[in-house]
Amino acid sequence: MDVVLGIRLKDCTLIATSKSVTRGISVLKEDDDKTRILNEHNLIAFTGEAGDTVQFAEYIQANIQLYSMRENDIELSPKATASFVRNQLATSLRTRKPYQVNVLIGGFDTKTGKPTLNYIDYIGTQAILPYAAHGYAAFYCMSLLDKHYRPEMELNDGLKLLEMSIKELQTRMPMDFKGVIVKVIDKEGIRKIDV
Amino acid sequence: MSGYDSALSIFSPDGHVFQVEYASEAVKRGTCAVGVKGKECVVLGCEKRTTLKLQDPRITPSKICKIDKHALLAFAGLNADARILVDKARVEAQSHRLTLEDSVTIEYLTKYIAGVQQKYTQSGGVRPFGIATIIAGFDSNDTVPKLYQTEPSGVYNAWKAHAIGRSSKTVKEFLEKNYVDELSDEETIKLTVKSLLEVVQTGAKNIEISVLKAGDVIKQLTVDEIKTYVDEIESEKAAEAEKKKPKSKD
Repeated sequence: MDVVLGIRLKDCTLIATSKSVTRGISVLKEDDDKTRILNEHNLIAFTGEAGDTVQFAEYIQANIQLYSMRENDIELSPKATASFVRNQLATSLRTRKPYQVNVLIGGFDTKTGKPTLNYIDYIGTQAILPYAAHGYAAFYCMSLLDKHYRPEMELNDGLKLLEMSIKELQTRMPMDFKGVIVKVIDKEGIRKIDV
Repeated sequence: MSGYDSALSIFSPDGHVFQVEYASEAVKRGTCAVGVKGKECVVLGCEKRTTLKLQDPRITPSKICKIDKHALLAFAGLNADARILVDKARVEAQSHRLTLEDSVTIEYLTKYIAGVQQKYTQSGGVRPFGIATIIAGFDSNDTVPKLYQTEPSGVYNAWKAHAIGRSSKTVKEFLEKNYVDELSDEETIKLTVKSLLEVVQTGAKNIEISVLKAGDVIKQLTVDEIKTYVDEIESEKAAEAEKKKPKSKD
């Protein structure tokens, strides 16, 4: 029951992931980071089958890094990154044991100067969205985001909206997910925000 | 033909593997590459062929390649062979990060590259890589500069300063004469440029320089920056020649 939330704002993308790691009825960890940095302007956030998630995210991370090395430090755009990830998941789906991983990719396209948010699930569905969530979080947050989201939101308003969503999750979900780690992707790169 | 160079993995009666020696010959014909270690930096320099009038210089590949955030490789020999070897090294560097959660040490990288080169001297259906490489960089959480060299045979060595490729002998002799320990960054760059000028007549536009510092800092010098070093060196040389002149008259 991990929480993975993403909101695209005016000139940055917000990604929030829950800090708890659970197995059965136990909480194993309460400061987990369910994101990996792919390159300077791309962040992947993941949920799904334990083990598969980190394995897949780090595999993607290595490949994106390798691309930059091969192409003389050119970084892969958010769109290209998302297409690559989708392709990997779609290929994996057609093997004997597919990766059961759902991801959000928050990025900032340095060419167009626009933030992006990509939703990709383990079946290989890819969608560019203004806001997105995986798992149970989606049930509780979508209505809130539908009502309050504005495309021209600044970082502060975005954080307020995020706070609202997290609060809703904390009231409605049966378990404590130990809060969230929030990361911002903008033209300066990726940074963590304390909430 | 003596019959001992048709297949790669065959010794001649006096213990030579000819194909490997021919590969070294290809290295000697390649453009020169130099590596110099300073106190807190490593500098790689190489001779750059003049771009033809109609060639687009933007996409002419460099002879100094980035293997990972903290490691550079310069080569001398067959460009096409280098592309393959460099790609293998890059994949290994990322694979190492993925499995060990740590970047490759420069020694490991050198051993890996030398290992690949060695394999291509002993397996069937392949020919050796016609390149020698100079590998430079810093290990993670370390400020000690590292500099290694590999050869087509798979031999590798560590150096304070080294040169490979065409007229590398001249450059090596120059470095042996002029190298001192604990060079500052500026001095290291200058020594590298100076050593290259021994064999590159055409000056700054045919020289390429990259500087590595601890903490994944890699800087490629622009032609203008190299030119200031070249000018400085040339004026120094001129001043020295001037000093010598009146003495010779006496």
